[in-house]
Amino acid sequence: MKTETMHEKLSIVCFSGDYDKLLAAFTMATGAAATNRQVTMFFTFWGLNALKRKHGRSALGRTPLARLFNWLMGGLSNLPLSRLNFAGLSPRLMEGMMRKNNVATLQELMQAARELGVRMVACEMAMHILELERGDLMDGVEDIVGVATFLNESRDAHIIFI
Amino acid sequence: MKHFLDITRETCPMTFVKVKLALSRMEKGEELEVILNEGEPLQNVPRSCEEQGYTVISVEPCGGGRHRVWIRK
Repeated sequence: MKTETMHEKLSIVCFSGDYDKLLAAFTMATGAAATNRQVTMFFTFWGLNALKRKHGRSALGRTPLARLFNWLMGGLSNLPLSRLNFAGLSPRLMEGMMRKNNVATLQELMQAARELGVRMVACEMAMHILELERGDLMDGVEDIVGVATFLNESRDAHIIFI
Repeated sequence: MKHFLDITRETCPMTFVKVKLALSRMEKGEELEVILNEGEPLQNVPRSCEEQGYTVISVEPCGGGRHRVWIRK
């Protein structure tokens, strides 16, 4: 699929770790990739939670503070809604509503993004702060890069920040 | 070889995501029959396929607001 001619480029900075905002990011990413755009998703800060290999809470990192932060933030299963989260109940309710209405869930969109060849990269600086290692992230993450690399790759791309 | 895909129960963006993935798994020259709803999928699936260099052979209504689209890779 990557050998086909690519035209427009879309780069998405995934800063938020909110379920609904990541859903928007992956909807844009898969929609753009399916319409022949070259898509890069740059995950930084809270957004990294969506990429953790362990979907639940895990005390990743070396120092006590990093381990506490990582445990509190959790992974893909702990992403909150940006509003009306109700201590984590709402994302589950929302997912049920989505399934009922045949709307793709976040996990389904992430799987589609991988199949469509969306390039997913993690922010080196945020990884450093949170003391995350490459092995803490899921296999679909292609690279750990700095902002300069991301901007170079995003030359001529539309960049959106979520 | 002919391929079939019904996306009438799918919503954006999985309508054209599923078409794109189905086409990517096919060999050049093979055909894909897609059943889709009028509105957004009918407007965008054939157009996005043509933009990507695939051939839309035909688009015909098949009742209940559904359409049958034939695409050749």
